[in-house]
Amino acid sequence: MPAIQETIDQVKAIDVSEYKYGFVTDVEMEKPAKGLTEDTVRYISSRKNEPAWMLEWRLDAFRRWKTMTEPTWARVSYPQIDFQDIYYYAAPKMNGAPKSLDEVDPAILDAYKKLGIPLREQEILAGVEPQNRVAVDAVFDSVSVVTTFRAELAKAGVIFCSISDALQEHPELVRKYIGSVVPVTDNYYATLNSAVFTDGSFVYIPKGVRCPMELSTYFRINEKNTGQFERTLIIAEEGAYVSYLEGCTAPQRDENQLHAAVVELVTMDDAEIKYSTVQNWYPGDANGKGGIYNFVTKRGDCRGKNSKISWTQVETGSAITWKYPSVILRGEGSRGEFYSIAVSNGMQQVDSGTKMIHLGKNTTSRIISKGISAGRSQNTYRGLVSAHRKATNARNFTNCDSLLIGNQCGAHTVPYIESKTSTATFEHEATTSKISEDQLFYCMQRGLSAEESTALIVNGFVKDVLQQLPMEFAVEAQKLISISLEGSVG
Amino acid sequence: MLQINNLHVKIADEDKVILRGLNLKVAKGEVAAIMGPNGSGKSTLSYVIAGKPDYEVTDGEVLLDGVNILEMAPDERAAAGLFLAFQYPMEIPGVATMTFLKAAMNAQRKQRGQAELTTPEFIKRVNAAAELLGIPKDMLRRPLNVGFSGGEKKRMEILQMTLLEPKMSVMDETDSGLDIDALKIVAEGVNARRDPEHGFLVITHYQRLLDYIKPDTVHVMSRGLIVKTGGPELALELEANGYRDYQSAA
Repeated sequence: MPAIQETIDQVKAIDVSEYKYGFVTDVEMEKPAKGLTEDTVRYISSRKNEPAWMLEWRLDAFRRWKTMTEPTWARVSYPQIDFQDIYYYAAPKMNGAPKSLDEVDPAILDAYKKLGIPLREQEILAGVEPQNRVAVDAVFDSVSVVTTFRAELAKAGVIFCSISDALQEHPELVRKYIGSVVPVTDNYYATLNSAVFTDGSFVYIPKGVRCPMELSTYFRINEKNTGQFERTLIIAEEGAYVSYLEGCTAPQRDENQLHAAVVELVTMDDAEIKYSTVQNWYPGDANGKGGIYNFVTKRGDCRGKNSKISWTQVETGSAITWKYPSVILRGEGSRGEFYSIAVSNGMQQVDSGTKMIHLGKNTTSRIISKGISAGRSQNTYRGLVSAHRKATNARNFTNCDSLLIGNQCGAHTVPYIESKTSTATFEHEATTSKISEDQLFYCMQRGLSAEESTALIVNGFVKDVLQQLPMEFAVEAQKLISISLEGSVG
Repeated sequence: MLQINNLHVKIADEDKVILRGLNLKVAKGEVAAIMGPNGSGKSTLSYVIAGKPDYEVTDGEVLLDGVNILEMAPDERAAAGLFLAFQYPMEIPGVATMTFLKAAMNAQRKQRGQAELTTPEFIKRVNAAAELLGIPKDMLRRPLNVGFSGGEKKRMEILQMTLLEPKMSVMDETDSGLDIDALKIVAEGVNARRDPEHGFLVITHYQRLLDYIKPDTVHVMSRGLIVKTGGPELALELEANGYRDYQSAA
């Protein structure tokens, strides 16, 4: 039929240029020469005026990285990355750290305005209920340009700042926790990140404190040929709670760019961290030209009893996504959760999932993964659920659903399950379905257009996960999913 | 209102011809029944009128209020006032029935250039229609048709028909899989929507449904053609003698 045929044609000819955040900001930047040597590592460390132990830690990582090789087990393919052809540091030129927003380059403020990220506290304060306020750390290429509501959060004892500031103001906390969840040599990209990380967020919630507002970091890659090496560290002490959200976008460029982040979360007894990601890096064009390589290591450590870490991700961007937010369930009775919506279109490649590593007694985990593939994309769920010998009564429930739109894309599910205790209960459910012509026809017979029908069916498919996002972001995420599937969805 | 001229249809990508020059008229406010044996092309006719993609029209036209709708997409036909009650309604997992109803009603209103319904107005209309059809409120919160019984699915079709207020409704074997109580409820729902502006094309295999929905006209279909047209008495004759006479006539 005309309309449905048209939809299929549109999916085939999908032009990812629908990307709405592809603009470039013209700012004078400071950056050393391309390439990576010990001098690059020393340069980054000295620009940030880091303590000596930090430099040593970085140099150690760099030396180890040189002996490692890139992992090839993921179901993604891309040309060899030339690590000497990348800028490892790019910062907007300014005289020292800005003390207030007035000292930040207006072009950068304008960029965040275009992205819809509120940076002016006064504007946020006007007309917003306190419980709905969001504090933002804005990272532009290699540096954090501003962090809002720091003073107000400090009153509650919460530390929320860039990791660079944390190294100046709370070096003992950073030193205690950095690399304690993702060891320096964990994997190729994590080791690279350890050597050259530039900025990211640092959050510390003291004992018994419930963070009074949502925290978020907004990552923007702007410079050409620049890698972004983000490092985020979140610590929730006994009985603390925090909900944190990160968002990411980048300009539309023909070259591929690398984003290799490391995120570490630590929860002590009865603490809880809820970490949500809305990832919308530039995905490349219809033929797979350009786009971000998103090679990320995210891991949480439920170190204390009855603690909880929950990852929720909505992944719509990047040319290649290689990402497995994981939880180490060390504390007795701790709980890990992973809720994921991964949308791929055009020529995008996604290899994403989670690891739930049950070490402690009575630990539980839950995995809900929804993959949606359209265009000529490939979408893989890869997950590991394991129980240690001592993890008696460990429980996991996994549900992986894949939805295919059109007939040129692929969905793959690769679950690994390892149990060393007979008392563990692991459940795995997986389905793969295609939006059927019959469902589309049914919806269209009721008056919905082909795009509206697809959007409705897709939203029904991802509903379980969208419900996990903080409410104000769920609506955004829903819109983002529709935009990402534009051509197949209105 | 609905006029079908010389309609030839085959299954897309296959040589199998199903309708071979079918002619049919349903006037404003008329309830026309089509009866016929299995494989006579009844369901195909309903799908082609609504625009299902699996079929290819090789000749002929389908006019709704004088406009040929064959070039229109299914949603445009719906907005033009055409409704198809499906023999097998589809399940839409994760989409609450209420959400679906609101999306459908507003999509049609948008296509017709009308303003969206306000939420209180929408809820008022749904509750009134649901009560008439004995549909409990918790069913409206469940995902559309998921886990519904056969009877519940058919009632949901009638609910949608009531809310979308079409001017031409095609009912494809709405009686199949219904027990007598469900059949009565569904028939009442249809009868409640009978008015001088609303035409019905009721497709059925059995006379039974026509005891509750009294047709003005009865057509007998066989091998892709209408082979006989008469009044309600024709249905009773079919019930008594079966389709044997007509299967050879075509």
